[in-house]
Amino acid sequence: MTFLPIARTSLMGLRRDRASLALSFILPIAFFSIFAVIFGSRHDTVARISVILVDQDQSTASRQLVAALDREGSLRVETKPEAKKNAPAPADYTAVTAEAAVKAGDVSVALIIPHGWGANPISFRPDQANAGPTLELLNDASDTIAPQMVSGLLQKAAMTAMPVTMAEQGMKYTGQYIGGLTPDQQKHMEANLALLRQLQARQAADAANPATEPGAGGSGFGGLIAVKERSVVGENKNNPMISFYAAAIGVMFLLFTASGSAGALLDEAESGTLDRVLSSRISITGLLAGKLLFNTVLAFTQLVVMFLWAWAVFKLDFFSHIPGFIVMGLCSAVAVASFGLLLASLCHTRAQLGAVSTIVILTMSSIGGSMFPRYLMPPNIQKAGLFTINAWAIDGFTKVFWRDQPISALWPQVSVLLGVAVVLFLIARRIARRWEYA
Amino acid sequence: MAHNSEHNEPRSPPIASPAAVTMTPAEPLPLQVTTLVKRFAQVTAVDGISLSLHRGECLGLLGPNGAGKSTLIRSIVGRVIPDSGQVAVFGSPAASPAARAALGWVPQELAIYPRLTARENLHAFGSYYGLSGKSLDEAIAWCLNWAALDDRATELTRNLSGGMKRRLNMAAGLIHQPRLVLMDEPTVGVDPQSRNRIFEMIEALREKGATIIYTTHYMEEAERLCDRIAIVDHGRIIALGTHQALVQDAFASSSQVLARFDGPPDTLAAWVASQSGRLVDATAEFTIEHPTQIAALLESASAAGLQLVDVSLRRPNLESVFLKLTGRELRD
Repeated sequence: MTFLPIARTSLMGLRRDRASLALSFILPIAFFSIFAVIFGSRHDTVARISVILVDQDQSTASRQLVAALDREGSLRVETKPEAKKNAPAPADYTAVTAEAAVKAGDVSVALIIPHGWGANPISFRPDQANAGPTLELLNDASDTIAPQMVSGLLQKAAMTAMPVTMAEQGMKYTGQYIGGLTPDQQKHMEANLALLRQLQARQAADAANPATEPGAGGSGFGGLIAVKERSVVGENKNNPMISFYAAAIGVMFLLFTASGSAGALLDEAESGTLDRVLSSRISITGLLAGKLLFNTVLAFTQLVVMFLWAWAVFKLDFFSHIPGFIVMGLCSAVAVASFGLLLASLCHTRAQLGAVSTIVILTMSSIGGSMFPRYLMPPNIQKAGLFTINAWAIDGFTKVFWRDQPISALWPQVSVLLGVAVVLFLIARRIARRWEYA
Repeated sequence: MAHNSEHNEPRSPPIASPAAVTMTPAEPLPLQVTTLVKRFAQVTAVDGISLSLHRGECLGLLGPNGAGKSTLIRSIVGRVIPDSGQVAVFGSPAASPAARAALGWVPQELAIYPRLTARENLHAFGSYYGLSGKSLDEAIAWCLNWAALDDRATELTRNLSGGMKRRLNMAAGLIHQPRLVLMDEPTVGVDPQSRNRIFEMIEALREKGATIIYTTHYMEEAERLCDRIAIVDHGRIIALGTHQALVQDAFASSSQVLARFDGPPDTLAAWVASQSGRLVDATAEFTIEHPTQIAALLESASAAGLQLVDVSLRRPNLESVFLKLTGRELRD
């Protein structure tokens, strides 16, 4: 039984090490709760997909379709941009502004109902020249879920929301294909069935060959309403998620590195080195600024290495985006460096810092989109994510690498990250007064 | 490790040379502390201390752990804000830029960067004081030489021996050529050989006319290194003067008799008390005015049934002074 004293000593040590206790018990519960909220099955927390609807047709059928989609609980239909406070009501989306919104990342999907679609909304033969205008589904290729979901709901809406249209179209097609069952009609129907069989065979062949153009057919043949899908963002990208994960994972580890290196402050305080440094010409502000500079350079270097690796191994188009990368990299780096200083100034020991930083960073990373894309999360969690450095950094890098947006488009992310850096630094400076004098 | 006396010859002396020690009338004292008080919650760490230091002088602060020595030093450095009282370093208030530049602080802790080499540490602390270029290089060379660390200059500090780390800790406090050096128990935790090396370093500084405050709870260090000694207890200076003056003031021409006896402990204790002596580790201690009193003392012991084992006579030391003034051992 010689092992019992060892176990007892370890238990006593754990009881006195509150940081380890917190990590052992509170951390799993905290993360279980966060993930339960994000992916839980509560009805009111399910993420709704935002879709922009542009009804150019304004026919009875198109209005019925819009109304039916609007009633769908899993969709949030937008026909115009959100009104800003003290500003005139914005105009409805047009095909051009809807496409711009998808490109800007405001939504993942936009549905354009073209002029004349209502005259011939149902299509058994989408390849027919006279089938009329086709619905157009604009999407962001980085979101593979939303377009499929919208397509499916579109077919459901057509089946349930347009019974009159369906009946009329059914009669029309019945008359067209089998009316009177004259020899000619019989022949016509057989020809069409043959064509349908050919299309079905072609679809099967397409499914077996993944190299087929992804945006060419979409769900057009699969439903009663023909839809032409078009990726307006990322159609020429090698791998849509590489830039996302390079930024997402990069920022998360930046946070860990920053808190770790800022923790050197605690070591210096404990060893008395900090006291000695502060007895020289260095002030506490100068000391923190020096640490901030070091941590910023370290974090930026980390990002450079991360993105170079993504370029070398995963074909990320790094060198075409250098200016945007530098802007976002530096802003993200200085924000996480400030964050690390704040954590270090808040904590009194390395053990405390380890526990607190693990909890805070993993929480920020999970709701800020470092572990999975924020658009998959419920709206409330998405909004909560805006309180994290991760979300703003990832959004900025996505704008640069995925949406190819100019540096000027980064102003919200740059402003927020620099603002966060300044505010956190000032708070850290305030808390660090405990090191200043006794 | 043999000490090379050449190490004591500075290439670029950081401390004022002896020739420059003569103070001009207008020059302020290196240190003037006036009724300094510092409390931490319910504890008064420094309780109205006043002292002044003359140029080229080495003042020892002698007292047990917790007496308030380090708090006094940290107040002088500006790392502790006193509740009342003033500190002037060459006429400038503590923590002012002029005072910071004039002070060199060797803290009790090993306040150096373990992952840097000895040279890199000195470079870092020199740059914190605004040194750069040739003057920094010269100061580093002098410090390495003074601390006898030339041959370990590129060694990572964490790999140095305890004594070497202590010496580097001291050198880092002198890198900016301060005019007043504060050493807070620089020999804590070092072996006798390393302690001797540190004494030699301090004596070399003294030869150059350095003005030093040296805190310790070892009376031998204070006796060896300091011109004047301030005995500190419970945040107060309870005696201040030269070693001889302190002993003279406390004991005049008295001597101390130390004697050990065989006999029942209770009997011994009762007899020692009756003779106004005290028992320390089973040794009886008595203060006598004249050596001839020893015979009467021993006769009395014999009459009480105690058998003498050995006896010695000594002049009182600082330990005795502390004991007489406080009723406690210096190292309690």
